[in-house]
Amino acid sequence: MIPELGSFALMVGLAFAICLSIIPLVGVSTSNLTLVKYAKPLTFGMFVFTLFSYLLLTTSFVNDDFSVLYVASHSNSHLPIQYKFAAVFGGHEGSLLLWVLMLTTWAGALASSSKNIDDAFVGRVLAILGMVIVGFMLFTLLTSNPFERLLPNVPLEGRDLNPLLQDIGLIVHPPMLYLGWSGFSVAFAFAIAALLCGRMDAAWARWTRPWTLAAWSFLTIGIALGSWWAYYELGWGGWWFWDPVENASFMPWIVGTALIHALSVTEQRGAFRNWTVLLAISAFSLSLLGTFLVRSGVINSVHSFASDPSRGMFILMLLGITVIGSLTLFAFKASALKGTSKFELYSRETFILVGNVALVVATATVLLGTLYPLLVDALNMGKISVGPPYYNAVFNPIVAFMVLFMGVAPIIRWKKNKVGTFRSELGLIALISIAFGIAFPFVYGGEFIGWVAIGMGLAFWLIVATLKNAKNNITSPQGGYDLSRPTQSYWGMVVSHIGIAVAIVGATMVSFYETQLDIRMDVNDSVSLSGYEFRFEGMKDVAGPNYSAKQGQFRVFEGGKEITLLQPERRVYRVQTMGMTEAGIDSTITRDLFVALGDPLDNEAWAVRVYVKPFINLLWIAGGLIAFGGFICMTDRRYRAKKAANKTELPPLSQPAVSNA
Amino acid sequence: MKRFVLFLPLILFIGLGAFLYKGLFLNPKAMPSALEGQPVPQFKLLTVTQGDRVVTKADLVGDYYLLNVWATWCAACKAEHPYLLDIARSGVPIYGINYKDDLDAASQWLSHYKDPYQFSAFDVNGQLGLNLGVYGAPETFLVDHQGIIRLRYAGVVDTRSWKVKFMPLIEDIKREMAESKA
Repeated sequence: MIPELGSFALMVGLAFAICLSIIPLVGVSTSNLTLVKYAKPLTFGMFVFTLFSYLLLTTSFVNDDFSVLYVASHSNSHLPIQYKFAAVFGGHEGSLLLWVLMLTTWAGALASSSKNIDDAFVGRVLAILGMVIVGFMLFTLLTSNPFERLLPNVPLEGRDLNPLLQDIGLIVHPPMLYLGWSGFSVAFAFAIAALLCGRMDAAWARWTRPWTLAAWSFLTIGIALGSWWAYYELGWGGWWFWDPVENASFMPWIVGTALIHALSVTEQRGAFRNWTVLLAISAFSLSLLGTFLVRSGVINSVHSFASDPSRGMFILMLLGITVIGSLTLFAFKASALKGTSKFELYSRETFILVGNVALVVATATVLLGTLYPLLVDALNMGKISVGPPYYNAVFNPIVAFMVLFMGVAPIIRWKKNKVGTFRSELGLIALISIAFGIAFPFVYGGEFIGWVAIGMGLAFWLIVATLKNAKNNITSPQGGYDLSRPTQSYWGMVVSHIGIAVAIVGATMVSFYETQLDIRMDVNDSVSLSGYEFRFEGMKDVAGPNYSAKQGQFRVFEGGKEITLLQPERRVYRVQTMGMTEAGIDSTITRDLFVALGDPLDNEAWAVRVYVKPFINLLWIAGGLIAFGGFICMTDRRYRAKKAANKTELPPLSQPAVSNA
Repeated sequence: MKRFVLFLPLILFIGLGAFLYKGLFLNPKAMPSALEGQPVPQFKLLTVTQGDRVVTKADLVGDYYLLNVWATWCAACKAEHPYLLDIARSGVPIYGINYKDDLDAASQWLSHYKDPYQFSAFDVNGQLGLNLGVYGAPETFLVDHQGIIRLRYAGVVDTRSWKVKFMPLIEDIKREMAESKA
């Protein structure tokens, strides 16, 4: 009964979504305000029924209802309860339902907090979101219904959740990622609505920006969590593999980054309008493309869901309709007006534009790398795979180039800046950064490594230039400091930019200074690596709720003193009889000690992999900082300004001399 | 003219979409099979179990036979092993290529898990593997009576892949042999 109800609730949600995508637009075109005002209640209805449907699927999992095919293939009565909740989105069908739920959540959030936006515009935006949701709901119901029954032969037990996914990281990673991906639908809907009514003004940018920031911040968290999970759970010791699916989440993030910056220019200077609209369309399109790549099986990846051409066809259709529709609209309706404000070469507009172009080029290189194997295959030119060497060679220089500009952009003024002023403010910092970068590899590692010098120099440059600018901004003309002088979104920018610098430090350090040993260890063997001594003291048998494991005991000493006991495991999950490696990790901010078990060898000996990874934790801290900065920005007061004030162009809320991110 | 520029993103996407559409009908997991239709490369190697016997391509005999690339460091090979024993029992000759492995470990493996192979060439440098274009272990090649590689299969051979991938080709080979005799 419950699954049928779930299916039915989703259909009711679909009915709401269909109404939502039609009624407000009819209202707008016939100037019937009553119809327009239906948008919000319809949105809430759609949200409530989708949520209901999702909760019913969760109930089926909690009740171990193995008559439901999806539950039977992704759960088991011995699965710990927290993983049953996670198992709801552990497969294709359920994760798609989560996607739909997230989309409707965004729509619901927009409907309930858009009192400062005029009704006709919100009606349009919600209607467009409604169309997107109709597409996804149809996709779910027609090709991937998670409520499908397995009758009459109901299995007694489920096949269990893939052990790889039985992990705390996997409970939070997908929802964050989906929140991010689906959140770009809001920016997309705003952009399409703006194209429809020809309103691409500062107010439009101001309405769009907090939603974009929210989606972008969630996506940041999602990506960071994914990277963290891959690091400690896959047992490969890497943190970023340039896997097609990682790229699928990364590309919308890069374009989203470009978008929030372009929006700030549109918001404050009225420039870059078409560009901003195009970025908003691209960010969401890339999210859809990511969904296509992951779920259609066109690309080989560790993450792929079971692939099915009919699903692939459906998403490609969705992608096609969305992108072709919106780009056609863009081509015909994009503002033919030149931007109202002019800017000169030395201006913040120029610097943000350079940053934007760098980000778009970076996205293009990642997209090319991701699709290249597919393109070559489609052209019958053979099978190839594109690996990290390509990305390192192409992506890193672009980022390095961009970071140079990142240091300057907050300091330089809008519209026009005297060349001399920022030279005098940043010249010294630039010189120190170069010296620091060159000196660092000698001091830390004893030999010169070009990329280390570049990475550390750039990170230093970015941090110091950003802080210097912050200091200028909190210094009041009378002397003394006042933290509330700059806007809140300015502080968000500072935090995020420093987060980027921290990420660069982490990535540089771990890429060039990690040490690794693959070794055979007998009981009581010791190895030393980077000043740490690892002693293998044998194996223990341990049993988990749904797996049994061999647990290695590794005592770690530094300078003769014991610092920790690492207990990596080799687990065998009973139902899927699948082996899993659980690494033993000891973390501090300056390094991780990482031990993973390979295969058992003869005489109680094991193949063991030992890593010392300096500063790897900076990567996750950086993810947190970047996302936190986004949230700070998003909650800026100016985005909650009253509706009345928004009818006309707002004068800038802050003093022009103070930077706004 | 300025309008035209605005159409560029659309045109770009349509081009991309065509490739994505085509991609739906391709199988990324199918490995390139440059060697299918080619003869087995020459080699001269020691074996794992037969002391100082040197084997070459001429030692590969049979109306059709399998070349199976295996190693003790390969966990999937262990999973595959029982099927290989079954196949060997059904009368199909299997020649092993012990790929980049340790000789003691390999001979222990064979005595412990039983030996399905006519012999296992000890390819410690991976030279034969390289000539065969091996990606990793396990990989299995089906070779016909003329020494031509008919199938290259990467991954674990099991009941299903045996039935779907190997059996039809073996039927073909049998038919061809019957025709050439007739």
